[in-house]
Amino acid sequence: MNKILFKKQLSKDVFMMRLEAPLIAEERLAGQFIILQVNNDYGERIPLTIADADKKEGSITIIFQVVGKTTLELSKFDVGRNIPTLVGPLGKPTHIRNYGTVVCVGGGIGIAPLHPIVQALKEVGNKIITIIGARTKDLIFWEDEMRAISDEFIVCTDDGSYGRKALVTEPLKEFCERDPKPELAIAIGPPIMMKFCVETTRPFGVSTQVSLNTIMVDGTGMCGGCRVNIGGEVKFVCVDGPEFDGHKVDFDNMIARLNSYKEIEQHKHKCYMDSLVETKQNEYSKEMK
Amino acid sequence: MSYIPADQLSKEAHKLYEEIYPFKDTLKTKDRIKIPVMEMPSQDPDIRRGNLDEVAIGYTAEEAMVEAMRCTQCPKQSCLSNCPVNIDIPLFIGHVAQGEFQKAADVIKESSMLPAICGRVCPQETQCQRDCTVGKANKDVGKAVAIGRLERFIADWERENGSVKIPKVEAETGKRVAIVGSGPAGLVVAADVRRKGHSVTVFEAFHKLGGVMRYGIPEFRLPNSIVDQEINVLKKMGVEFKTNYVVGRTRKLTDLIEKDGFDSVFLGTGAGLPIFLGIEGESLVGVFSANEYLTRSNLMGAFDQEHSDTPIYPANTVAVLGGGNVAMDSARMALRLGAKKVYVVYRRTEVEMPARNEEIEHAKEEGIEFHFLQNAKRIIGDENGKVKAMECLRYELGEPDESGRRRPVVIKGSEFILDVESVIVAIGNGSNPLISQTTPNLITNKWGNITVNEDQKTSMNRIYAGGDIVLGAATVILAMGEGRRAATSINNLLA
Repeated sequence: MNKILFKKQLSKDVFMMRLEAPLIAEERLAGQFIILQVNNDYGERIPLTIADADKKEGSITIIFQVVGKTTLELSKFDVGRNIPTLVGPLGKPTHIRNYGTVVCVGGGIGIAPLHPIVQALKEVGNKIITIIGARTKDLIFWEDEMRAISDEFIVCTDDGSYGRKALVTEPLKEFCERDPKPELAIAIGPPIMMKFCVETTRPFGVSTQVSLNTIMVDGTGMCGGCRVNIGGEVKFVCVDGPEFDGHKVDFDNMIARLNSYKEIEQHKHKCYMDSLVETKQNEYSKEMK
Repeated sequence: MSYIPADQLSKEAHKLYEEIYPFKDTLKTKDRIKIPVMEMPSQDPDIRRGNLDEVAIGYTAEEAMVEAMRCTQCPKQSCLSNCPVNIDIPLFIGHVAQGEFQKAADVIKESSMLPAICGRVCPQETQCQRDCTVGKANKDVGKAVAIGRLERFIADWERENGSVKIPKVEAETGKRVAIVGSGPAGLVVAADVRRKGHSVTVFEAFHKLGGVMRYGIPEFRLPNSIVDQEINVLKKMGVEFKTNYVVGRTRKLTDLIEKDGFDSVFLGTGAGLPIFLGIEGESLVGVFSANEYLTRSNLMGAFDQEHSDTPIYPANTVAVLGGGNVAMDSARMALRLGAKKVYVVYRRTEVEMPARNEEIEHAKEEGIEFHFLQNAKRIIGDENGKVKAMECLRYELGEPDESGRRRPVVIKGSEFILDVESVIVAIGNGSNPLISQTTPNLITNKWGNITVNEDQKTSMNRIYAGGDIVLGAATVILAMGEGRRAATSINNLLA
C-alpha cells in the first residue's frame, strides 16, 4: 500500500515522489490534495497537493518542501517503502472551463499544485500565461514542464540568480495592464505571495483564485482547524476549498493561524535535530571503538 | 458528593456483602430498596487530573453483587424497554446477584456487541435507570440500580477472564455489505450483518478504527484498548476493515454498488462538522472546535508530547463553551494537558446540562470551574491574533422552549471580561457534507442529516444510514440502536 515508486530531489529542500495509489489516481481532479502521515501512532497529518496522476500506472505525484519534522522524515523514505497513511483525494476540484486568457502564478513549492490546474485549463482551450518564481534559483523546479503547457512563460527569482530579478507580482501587474486584460488569475504559493498577488490584481478587477494550504487534522470537515474567513464567512479549506476567491480571503488571519504552533514546532524541531546529531555522534563513536 | 477513596468503598461494600449475601434469595423488596447504592470507585481527583488513566476504576465483585441485590426484579421492567438495544437487564442483574458472571455476560451479549463501551459511556440516567423502581422508591434517579456500572463490570470481567466468546457466523451467503464509518453505529451493523453470513467491509476515513470512540471520547473515560478489543472480536468474525478510505472522495457512494459489487451499503459517517457560535474573534489563534482539540489529544496522541508530532496549543487558562459530554471531555482534557484553570461556560444551569451526571461530578471533583448562565459575546485577541480574553454575557432562565428546557435570556448590560488564553467550542456538530456533496440522489434534511424511513433506509435503494449522520449529535447507544435496526433491514433485504 502507498509504495514509493520513484523519488527525485528537485532542489535543495524540494522532493518529488510518485506513489502507488490507484484509487486516488482514478478519482483525483486538478486542485485536490491528499493527507499523509509518516507514522501511524504519533505522526502528524499533513496535507499535500496532488501534482500529477497516472491512472494507468495507478500512481500520484507529490512534491514537498522540507519544512518540519514530517517532511524531513518523508524526504528520507526511499523507493519501495510504504507510506503508512495516505488518504484522498480531498477538497473540491478546480472549476475548469474556458475563461479565455488565464495568468497562472506559482511561487516556490506552489509550482507543484499549479501544474495540474494549468494542464487542465490548457486542455479546455485557455490561453495560458505562466509566471513561476522563487527566492533563489535552487528552489525553481519543473520549469520545462510548465513551459511546455504555457503560451507565455516567465521565470523570476527574488535574488536574480535565475531568470528575471523580480517578485512574481511585477510581471503579474504587467499582464493585468495589457489590453485586453486576462479573464482570470490563479496564484498558488506561500500565503504572503498570494496576499500580494491578490492586492496586485484587485485594482484591475481581475478575478483571482488562490489555493490555501492551512493546518489540517482530518481533512474531511470534522475538525475545523483549517477554517478561514472568506468575505466575512467562516469556510473550511478541506471541504469548501482549497480554492477560494482571493479577493475575499482574510490573509492576515490565515497567516496568524498557520503560525499557531510555530514556537512549539521550532523547539521540537531543534530537539529532533539535536537528537539526530547525537545519534550520528554515537554511531561515529561506536565505529571509532 | 465528595470523593471517597476506592479502598474505603470496597471495605464498606465488603461489610454489607457479608451481612446480606446469606439472605440474597429471601430479601424483601423493602429491604432491597434500602441497600445503599454502590458508588463507582474512581482514581483520586488530585492524582487523576495529571494522568490519562481511566477515572472510573470499576466495581469489585462484591460491590457488583451488592449492587445487583438492590434490584427488586420488579414486573415493570422499565429498564429493558428504555434500553435502545433492549438488553434483558433484569435477567443479567439476577445472574450478577448470584455471582454467575458468565451467565450475565451471555445475556448481555445477546443484545449488545459492545457492553464494555456502553457500560462506560451510555447516559443511563436518561435511559435504563430513568424509571427504575428502586430509584423511584428512593425518589432519586441517582439511587436507581446502577445498571451501567454492572454492565461494565460484567464486560470487564469477561474480558479479564479470557472467556470472550466470538459470536457464531452463519454459512457464507456470498452477499457483500459495505459499511461506511467504524464508529458505534457501523460496528453494530458489521456484527449483526456478519452473523448472518454476509461478507462485510468497513471503510474508515481515519488511520485508526472506532470513530468517535477513538478520536472523541478521551482515554480517561474510554480506554483505546477497550475499543480495540471490541473491534478485534469483529475481526475474528471475519469483518474486513479498510482505513484511510473516504467514501464520497476516495470512491463515490454509488460506485460501491455499481462498480465494486456491494449488495448493500450502510452509512454511519457520524456528525462530523463542528458548529461555531458565529461570534467575533472565533478565528483567532487559540480557538478550537472540541472535535479538533479532542482529535489532536486522543487520535493523534498529542497528550503524549514527548512522542507525538501533533502539537497541542499551550494555554494556562481555558474556557470551554457548552454543557454536553463533549464539553466535559474537552475541559477535563485541557486540565490534563496542563491548564491551570479551566472554565465551563454554559448558557443555562446545571439542571439543563445535557452531560451525564457522572461526568459533571468528575469534572467538579477535578477542579473544573462551572460558569452557569453565561455565554461568550466575543473573543478578544492580542496584537499577534492570539486569544487573550473573552467578553461574556450573563443570562437568566425564561419560558421553556421547544426542547422543554427553560430558554436562557440575556441580561442587558451584563457584559464582563474573562481572561483566557484558549477557547474550546463544544456546542455541537452539523452533518458532514462529503457524501451528500458527491451523491446528488441522497436526500438530506435542512440540517444536512440523511433522511431515512423507519427501517433506516435512505432515499436510495440498498443504501441505509444511522447514527449521528441521521440523528444529529447524539449518543453512542442511540447510534447502536439505529445500527441494530439498519442491520435487520439489510439482513431482510439480502435474505
